[in-house]
Amino acid sequence: MIINHPLLGPRDAQEFTYLGDASLIDRPDWQAEDADRKFYEYAYLRDNPAGLHRELWFHEQGDRSWLVVTRNTVTHEITQVELARDVARARGRSA
Amino acid sequence: MRYSGFKVIKEALTGHKGWTPAWRDPDPQPSYDVVIIGGGGHGLATAYYLAKQFGGKRIAVLEKGWIGGGNVGRNTTIIRSNYLLDGNEPFYEFSLKLWEGLEQDLNYNAMISQRGILNLIHTDAQRDAFTRRGNAMILNGADAELLSVDQIRARYPFMNFDDARFPIKGGLAQHRGGTVRHDAVAWGYARGADSLGVDIIQNCEVTGFRIENGVCKGVETSRGFIGAGKVGCAVAGSSGRLMAKADMRLPIESHVLQAFVSEGLKPILPGVVTFGAGHFYCSQSDKGGLVFGGDLDGYNSYAQRGNLPVVEDVAEGGMALFPMLGRVRLLRMWGGIMDMSMDGSPIIDRTHIGGLYFNGGWCYGGFKATPASGWCFAHLLAKDEPHPVAAAYRFDRFEKGRMIDEKGMGAQPNLH
Repeated sequence: MIINHPLLGPRDAQEFTYLGDASLIDRPDWQAEDADRKFYEYAYLRDNPAGLHRELWFHEQGDRSWLVVTRNTVTHEITQVELARDVARARGRSA
Repeated sequence: MRYSGFKVIKEALTGHKGWTPAWRDPDPQPSYDVVIIGGGGHGLATAYYLAKQFGGKRIAVLEKGWIGGGNVGRNTTIIRSNYLLDGNEPFYEFSLKLWEGLEQDLNYNAMISQRGILNLIHTDAQRDAFTRRGNAMILNGADAELLSVDQIRARYPFMNFDDARFPIKGGLAQHRGGTVRHDAVAWGYARGADSLGVDIIQNCEVTGFRIENGVCKGVETSRGFIGAGKVGCAVAGSSGRLMAKADMRLPIESHVLQAFVSEGLKPILPGVVTFGAGHFYCSQSDKGGLVFGGDLDGYNSYAQRGNLPVVEDVAEGGMALFPMLGRVRLLRMWGGIMDMSMDGSPIIDRTHIGGLYFNGGWCYGGFKATPASGWCFAHLLAKDEPHPVAAAYRFDRFEKGRMIDEKGMGAQPNLH
């Protein structure tokens, strides 16, 4: 697989390590009333879709940026690559 | 029809006109007591034991394609019970004991071969860990033996003992481990279940669950609605897709694991060898092909094929351990989809929906578990309580902090 890095252009997926579903950006509020339930769902439950999947890849052998890659889990086709920083900021998750 | 040597000779002398189909091809009934989704090893074993051991009646197995066309036909056929943790080892040892009596029980030749499995040791720390594991196995009634380099050299003289990075310093052997003809497992259980009255319905895809007031009343299928007192799901690999139809999110990710077979060779590899440090394990089939594999590709996938980097990684691991492999040509390679759970261990449990039961999360250890998985899932379906050796395989273990994490990797499914 080739990941089209937004800053560096097309890079071999071997340069990256995989974390998982991009919903891991949305860490729950630890002070919320139902925080224990929310953290259980955050840490352990997954949508695991057959089809488009937004997921976190880390450019470990490259510029060490985190990316949000939209990839089809049935065909392995990658349709969108964003910097995780931009995604997180858009969701109000990062300074 | 019972199979026997006498029957083979009789048929050979009379033109093979007396063989009958090993199972029927029935149309679905409007309803059953128990509907099992998934005609793989686990689903068929569940139906067989439910009918045989637990007196189940009116049972159907629904299969979207043909039976045995999924992971029971895509694995590397190894059986073993070399686990460490209390939640796992009694279950896998129960499974190995069922394997040992399976052919007689099913009257079906599954080519079960207890040729032994060897896990290689490269460091003192690893020897300590494997010693502990071997002791845990023995405490649970399994067999284990720590082998010295000389003992290993006598059996596997062709291995690279003096590799600079991973020199072989010993190994943990389980002599009762081995290999099985995997398709015969599906066919044997199917034939056994069918002879006990189970309807095996192929080309019947489940498209949804009919759930009323929190109770599952049956399944919608490509061949119409089928009512059910209880529905058991045994579709590991596709659990995420199936359970989403019941609005369930699971502690599971689907990943692709590749496997490989070489061209047929003369007998060179007497047992199963695992080289965990080099991400490689290998056995030789009775046809002569070397059957081997390595790590997951590492990303979520429902595609039954992987990518080249892992092919390279496995080949490098193989060459590091067996330098003689260099001129062996690859015959086939394929990918299977694994239910990778959050702690690397399976789930056999009720769901929060009445009448709906789940069996999945087998990671890449599902094949060896087939008999015990079927037996324990049948126990759960029949008695509504877990079998003692599968009591730890609950959905709520993640919420309650009772993970069964053999590798200690945490909630990172691609590392288990």
